[in-house]
Amino acid sequence: MLSAFLAVLRRDLLLAWRGRADVLVTLAFFVIVVCLFPFGVGAEPNQLRAIAPGVLWVAALLACLLSLHRLFAQDYADGTLEQLLLSREPAAVWVMAKVLAFWLSTGLPVIAVAPAMALLLDLEQGGLPVLVLSLALGTPILTLLGAVGAALTLGLRGGGMLLALLVLPLFVPVLIFGAGAVEAQLSGSGAVAHLLLLGGGLTGAIALAPWACAAALRISTD
Amino acid sequence: MLEAQELACLKGDRLLFRDLAFRLQDGEMLRIAGPNGVGKTSLLRLVTGLALPEAGEVRWRGHCIRREREAFHGELLYLGHAPALNDLLSPLENLRFACAAAGDHVAAEHCVQALVRIGLENQLDLPARVLSQGQRRRVGLARLFLSARRPLWVLDEPFTALDVHAVADLAATLSEHCAAGGIVMMTTHQDAPFARPPAVLDVGAFAC
Repeated sequence: MLSAFLAVLRRDLLLAWRGRADVLVTLAFFVIVVCLFPFGVGAEPNQLRAIAPGVLWVAALLACLLSLHRLFAQDYADGTLEQLLLSREPAAVWVMAKVLAFWLSTGLPVIAVAPAMALLLDLEQGGLPVLVLSLALGTPILTLLGAVGAALTLGLRGGGMLLALLVLPLFVPVLIFGAGAVEAQLSGSGAVAHLLLLGGGLTGAIALAPWACAAALRISTD
Repeated sequence: MLEAQELACLKGDRLLFRDLAFRLQDGEMLRIAGPNGVGKTSLLRLVTGLALPEAGEVRWRGHCIRREREAFHGELLYLGHAPALNDLLSPLENLRFACAAAGDHVAAEHCVQALVRIGLENQLDLPARVLSQGQRRRVGLARLFLSARRPLWVLDEPFTALDVHAVADLAATLSEHCAAGGIVMMTTHQDAPFARPPAVLDVGAFAC
């Protein structure tokens, strides 16, 4: 079971490395979206500081959404998905490996540049660790929920747009607690409650989403 | 033993065939025949469990394949119309991944041997996107040499895009597999030099 998990993880990371332009596009998208806000709302530092947690979280969420439709599309087109569904290993195992590889190649780079973008918006330095932690707990939830949506919309005409409509409402609670954690930390009330809720959401998503995703993939390839 | 009973297949809102039944004993080879669009590939997908039949069921060793899916898939090798190759990976990487993902532990040198045997010794490290159609097909077929332990082979148009030598070679491999007690089920429009001519199932006879 572990060998199938590792085989899928290694292959997807290798593919992400060989197609690293796609990863850079996601990262560039995140940076550009954050940079647009000072142009839109004006470069008044107090105002930017106030909206920084929300802006960073919305940008990270959209960057995550941007590449989600690629998660299964290539494997679906070239027949690899059929072979994976015919594996003797449970589908949840390799789905989890694919999601993990996807998060490592899209979510992790966004988290890595988030502190730099936070400084650009003049977020107080005390909020940076909480920002990184909330993104580290929250973006895997987004990827897991998005994977279910990507599996459901696989092979549909206009699937990318439908995917956004399907999963964006589900992202709302993650956004509320993610951005809320940073704000709570800055206001002095402490971010522990928000982070614990995000952690709970993440464990729940890890437990349930791979199964839902596997079932959705079986329906999509039928 | 593989058997199908009263299979019906619905595609979109059109019934492709119904009351289709067959039974294959160990060591038998079955060729699915019929004109384009009659439902040959759909039948193969029903047999593998990738698609669900509208009615009827497929049984492997007497058990419905939907109830014992993982055990059945451990004994099945399906090579579909798409060759399951990623363009960014080399044939060797593709083959090793295909084996590992299916749950087989195959050493790297056996993968190399299989690719050399099927005639790809000069393409081992090239990305798959530069391969010709026939060469891409061969990468998929190399799995046959590594899957002798899987008794049931279901192949969708295995001879497409292969040259004359490769066709003869493949036919010999399939005949050997049956001689060793395996079951081969395939669709093809091509005549191939089998040791024993396979039984033929005409899907057109069950068409609606």
